[in-house]
Order: sequence, then C-alpha cells, then structure tokens
Amino acid sequence: MSGVAHDETAFAPPAEVAEEVLYHPKTFIGKYIWSQDAKVIAVQYALTAIAIGLVALVLSGIMRLQLGFPDTFSFIDPSAYLQYVTMHGMIMVIYLLTAIFLGGFGNYLIPLMCGARDMVFPYVNMISYWVYLLAVLVLVASFFVPGGATGSGWTLYPPQAILEGTPGAGWGIILMLVSLALFIVGFTMGGLNYVVTVLQARTRGMTLMRLPLTVWGIFMATVLALLAFPALFVSAIMMILDHSLGTSFFMPAIISMGEQMDYEGGSPVLFQHLFWFFGHPEVYIVALPAFGIVSDLISVHARKNIFGYRMMVWAIVAIGALSFIVWAHHMYVSGMNPMFGFFFATTTLIIAIPTALKVYNWVLTLWRGNIRLTVPMLFAIGFVFTFINGGLTGLFLGNVVVDVPLSDTYFVVGHFHMVMAVSPILVVFGAIYHWYPKITGRMLNDSLGKFHFWVTFLGTYAIYYPMHYLGFLGVPRRYYAMGNTDFIPQSAQDINAAITIAALVVGAVQVVFLYNLMISYFRGKPAGGNPWGATTLEWQTPDTPPKHGNFGGQLPVVYRWAYDYSVPGAEQDFIPQNQPPKSPPRHDEGTL
Amino acid sequence: MTITLVFLAGLMATVVWWLVRQTVSVSPWIADSGTEPIENTRGLHVATLKVGLGVFLGVATSLFALFVSAYMMRMEARDWLTLDDPAILWVNTAALIVASVFFQHANNLAKKQQLHKMLNPLLLAGLFTFLFLFGQLRAWQELNDAGFYASSNPANAFFFLLTAVHGLHLLGGLWVWGTTVLTSGSEQDLEKTVRRVDLCTVYWHFLLAVWLVLFTLLLTT
Repeated sequence: MSGVAHDETAFAPPAEVAEEVLYHPKTFIGKYIWSQDAKVIAVQYALTAIAIGLVALVLSGIMRLQLGFPDTFSFIDPSAYLQYVTMHGMIMVIYLLTAIFLGGFGNYLIPLMCGARDMVFPYVNMISYWVYLLAVLVLVASFFVPGGATGSGWTLYPPQAILEGTPGAGWGIILMLVSLALFIVGFTMGGLNYVVTVLQARTRGMTLMRLPLTVWGIFMATVLALLAFPALFVSAIMMILDHSLGTSFFMPAIISMGEQMDYEGGSPVLFQHLFWFFGHPEVYIVALPAFGIVSDLISVHARKNIFGYRMMVWAIVAIGALSFIVWAHHMYVSGMNPMFGFFFATTTLIIAIPTALKVYNWVLTLWRGNIRLTVPMLFAIGFVFTFINGGLTGLFLGNVVVDVPLSDTYFVVGHFHMVMAVSPILVVFGAIYHWYPKITGRMLNDSLGKFHFWVTFLGTYAIYYPMHYLGFLGVPRRYYAMGNTDFIPQSAQDINAAITIAALVVGAVQVVFLYNLMISYFRGKPAGGNPWGATTLEWQTPDTPPKHGNFGGQLPVVYRWAYDYSVPGAEQDFIPQNQPPKSPPRHDEGTL
Repeated sequence: MTITLVFLAGLMATVVWWLVRQTVSVSPWIADSGTEPIENTRGLHVATLKVGLGVFLGVATSLFALFVSAYMMRMEARDWLTLDDPAILWVNTAALIVASVFFQHANNLAKKQQLHKMLNPLLLAGLFTFLFLFGQLRAWQELNDAGFYASSNPANAFFFLLTAVHGLHLLGGLWVWGTTVLTSGSEQDLEKTVRRVDLCTVYWHFLLAVWLVLFTLLLTT
C-alpha cells in the first residue's frame, strides 16, 4: 500500500473555471436514491446492470441445459428456448455491457479522471438512470405478459418478429421495442453528460492528450452510441407501427398461418440495414471503453507508461469512425448486392489495422514491465488473450466466401462470445477489482479474486473454443434440438454436454465474485487512498471514497500525463498527474 | 444509408480536424516545467449549455438522417404511391419561418439586455409555432378524410411518421419556451433568460432547417 501525500498546492483551483454549484442533499433519499452525484448514479447503474445481467446468465444456463441434455428438462419447450435466447442476447449486449461501461464506469470515472466536481448536467444525469431503470422494468415485464417475452432472436428481424407463431409476437415484442426506445432516451441524457463533461469540465492542465485512455475510450464510445442508437430507435418505432397500425415499413406481402396478411411491399432488409447500422458500432460501444480501461490497468500494474499513447488515442478515433462503414458484414447472406459484400469485407479488414495496433501496444507495454500479477492485471492479460482469439476468428467471418458456409453456425456464436462477451466482461471484472477500493475504501479479497479469475478465464475457453469446431461441423445456432441429423455426429452431442458443464461451473463461480463484493464491503482490508500506486486523479482525492464534489475544497491542477511510471530519478515508481514539477510554478499560476 | 453516411463523414471530418489541431504537435509524455503557464483546458470557448445543445442537435440530425435514409430506401419498392401533399403545408412552413424570425429578433434584443422589448417577439415566436403544429394536425385530418391512411401506403405512413417526430421535437422546445416566458419577468433570472432565448433560437433554426429538408423530400417524391 502506498499513499500519496496531498500537497496543498496541487489543489489550486483553475482560475478560469467557475466553481460549479452542486446540490448537496441532506436526506438519505436525496443522497442515495434521487442522487445527482455521478458516483452514486454510477453505482446505481452498475448494480441494476449486474442484477439484470444475472437474469441473462441464468437464462443462458437454462439454454445450455437444453442443448447439453436434450429431452431431459420438461420445463424447457421450444418457445421458451427461443425466448431465453432472445432475452439473453439483448440483455447482455444492451442492458448489461452498454449500461455498465457507459452508465457505470463512465459516470464514476469521467468526472474524477478529468478533475471535475461532477457531470455538467447532474439533474439530467439523474433522470438518465431512472429512465434506464424503467427500460429494464419494462423489459422484465415482458416475461409476464400473455404470450411471454419475444422469441424472435436478439436481432428482432421482421417479418417473423411480429408474426403469429413466433413466441411473444403480441405483447412481448412491443414491450421489447418500447424498452429499447426508453433505453435510448435514457442513454442520450447520460451520453450528453459524458461528452460535454469531457469537453468542458476538465481541470486546469488536463489537456486532451493528458486524458487517461479510459476516458478516451468511454468518450469515443459515447459519441458512437449517440450517433448509432438513433438507428435502433428508428427501427423500433417503425416496427411498433408495423405491428400496431398495420403499416408496411418492413413487412412484405406474406401469408401467415394460411392467411394472407394485409402487409404489402415492406422491406425486411431495410430493417437489417438499420439494425446493423446500430449493431456494429454497438460492438465498439462496448469494446472501446474496454480498450481504454485495459490500457490503464496494464500500465498501472506493469508499472510502465503505455506504449504509443498518441497512437492509442488515434486508434480509438479511427476504430470509432470506421465502425460506421462495416455494418453490412452481418448481412452477407441477406441477398444484398455481392459488390457491397466486397466493399464491406474490405472495410472490415481495414478496421483490423488500428485494432491490431492497440494489441501490439498492450503487449509492448507489458514487455519488460515490472509486472504485478494482481487480480486486475490477470483479468487485463486474460482480455488481451481472448480478444486476440476472438479477433482472429473475426477475420474468417469478415470475408464473404468464408462467412457464407459458417453463417448461422456455432462458429459465429463462438466468435462473438469471445470478442464481444468474454473479452469485455473480463475487463468489467478487472475494472471492478481495480476501482472497488476507491468506490468503497476496502480491498476485495485477493484469493477469492484469483479463484474467480482462473475458473472464469479457463472456463470460458472450455465453453467457446469447442463451439468453433461445432460450427465447422455445420451445427446450426438457435436450434432447440438437433434431432436426427445425418451430418452432425454423436460426438457433437458429447461436446455440447461438456460445454454445458463448463458453462454451469463458470456461472456458479460468479457467486464467489458476488460474495467477495458483499463480504469485502464490510470486512475487506482498508484500502487507503491509492493502493495500486496509480497516477490518475481519481486516486488523488482527499477522501476515499470521494465525497460529493470529489476533490474537497479545491480542484487539482494537472502537470503531466497519466503514465509517469518508473520514471528514472523519481522518488517513487509513479508520479501523480497533479504532482507539481520540481521547480515550482510561478506564484500567479499555481495557487489562488 | 448514403445520406446518413454523408452526415457522419462530415461530422467525423470535423472531429478529426479538431483533434489534429489539439494533438499533432503535442508530446504528452513531457511534463510541465513549472515555468510555463498552466494551460486552461476549457477547449471549446462556448457556454457549456450550448455545447450540450450542439451535441443533442448532432443526435437529432442522426435521427432525422436515418429516417430520411429509410424513406429513400423504402420508396424504391413498387408499391410506393406518391402522396398529394396538402396545400396547408405551405402555410405551416411560412408559420415556422416566421416563428424562427421572431426568435432571432427576441435573441438580438435579449443580447442587448432589452428584456421588456424581447417579450413580444418571444410570445409571437411561440404563437406561430403553435400555429404550425395546429396546421400539421389539420394536414393529418385532411389526409385522413381523403382516405390516405398510414396503413394504406408507405408514403402515407412516412408522412405521418416524419411530421410526428418533427412535431414532438417542437413540443419539447415549446416546453423550454414556456418556462422561459414564465421566468422572463424576473430580474434575478436575467442571465438565465438570455441564455435560454439564445438556446431556443438555435433549436428553432435547426428544426426549421429540418422541416425544410423534410418538406422538400415530401414534395418531390
């Protein structure tokens, strides 16, 4: 444990920045329920996201029971299976990962890392969380309406999403679409805060190129989300109208259940374009915060400055920009013009360049670093491994000729779970282990953490690696049961059973993590202000956990970037961003 | 999706240009020497609320661009029947232009701190916006009476959808306009009033521009 002495001169207020007038509530409800403090809102977001994420985890366990041991569990019928697939996917992508990265880590870290007292629009920020909670409740309500939740797959493709015969084609799909629309409204309120706070509320000396990469990742992901979520909003509104008013935006002329429907001429492919125009940037909405956070975790726990900081920033920007022109690689089998396929395959390969740059830079940061295998570092290294694996199979699927035979097989399931599920969730865990001491003032139990890491890390490989093989065999995804299929050997069923056992073990070990979170809150070792010896501003607050307003009487002044680790000649192996240079600043600038 | 991509390309080019200016000549690993002035990092010399509005308008532009993209993709299908747009749309357009002009006038007066003179143009701006919205509802009624239902053709459905989304944005603006009018008499809220009128003016000009694009689209297709 190392603490940083709080030099009073480091907290000189920036002359040009007016002190924000913060609302300091005195009641419990004002402080912790209707709170306008970004840190409390962050915890609210994170707890809600974890709670709904656990629901999705249980759903995946039930799905795995069916796949691993078909004809064993009578309570899982084909409709229920499809509903679980749909809800699992949507909850994990939107309501857990997006919410926890942007609403959770974004709210907690942006003001602290930028040296601000709070978000710039705290009231709007508070509303953002409550609209998110409403969206979650509406989504959960869909389990209990007549017909149950929608079972149309997480991509909600029309026409089947709203046609009779699909589970939840009545109320279920409507509640899903309403919930998504609410989520987008709530996110927009939060996203405005994240972007404007980074642009406008950085403390004195915190130039853009001194921002920690965590902030860069969350900032760019928010920009992507603000521009991409409207596509999902547009498609949700138009599908609600197709369902309830009988318009034909997406619905073609169709015979359903032997009856000619009133729809005519609508384009399901139009929906796919809109959905994936959101859907692919969504991958990076989740990935960019993970990239940023993992960069900081690696740097702190390897006691080394991040390799190629400027390159890392520009890679984030480049990935963000390119992520808008790759969406149709999800639609190679939709019947679109093959020339488009060629274009999107090319852009998909191009986006691999800045992504690979980041991977090289993480590895080069680790190279000859003073690596401390703390729990956050284990998760960070686990992320780099997993992201490389998931990324490489992405090169397969990004190419039209390889994608077509693999489309809708378990290869795709294996790929996107490695790159979009396991990779970011490893970062979420790493980040929680890293920042929990700041949030609560106590350390998480190290042994439980390492147990949690190894079982989760190895377990996910036991789940998703074999799925690639199943995909090569041609085992289709989304099927409730394979039945008597000649081209699928019996060994595939044995693999499925093994995958299920691994999945149940990984699911169960998350209880250890939750137990650690709870028990450490009361009995964890006191953390002190800066247990990892980190340079960024959140570790330099006068109080741990930081109070409302973050920095006590005066805001910090920043003199250096966030990566001064193991600087030759320095007294410690890290220099906080707000530590003044040895020759003191001029009298009229440093203090007021 | 071309229209949305053009918008995004423009936006991204602006962001990249701004970032290049901020970052290319910087060596972030070099700490302050202690003798240089500490940089004031409030990068955008614009009020925070106005930056917030700017970001929101970016989101709204993305939304409308996507609606327009969807419109243009859907109209390629053979079942598309061009809609005879109601003539009242011309009157409505004029009303929204007048509202925008009154907002600009009110904003000019607010910036000169002539708040007592500002109230009338501010009220008239709101009044003409209400006229626009009533006119839009009237257009809906006319289409409905003539049998142009949302379910009967995608062109009709898009007409109702686009005008509704645009109208909802205006209703949100009218809520802010209402609170501005209510507090405009208070000396204590002087600065707040000037700021709000400025924000409303930008917002109304934006929604006028959006309407002119939508109106042109509806008229010509």
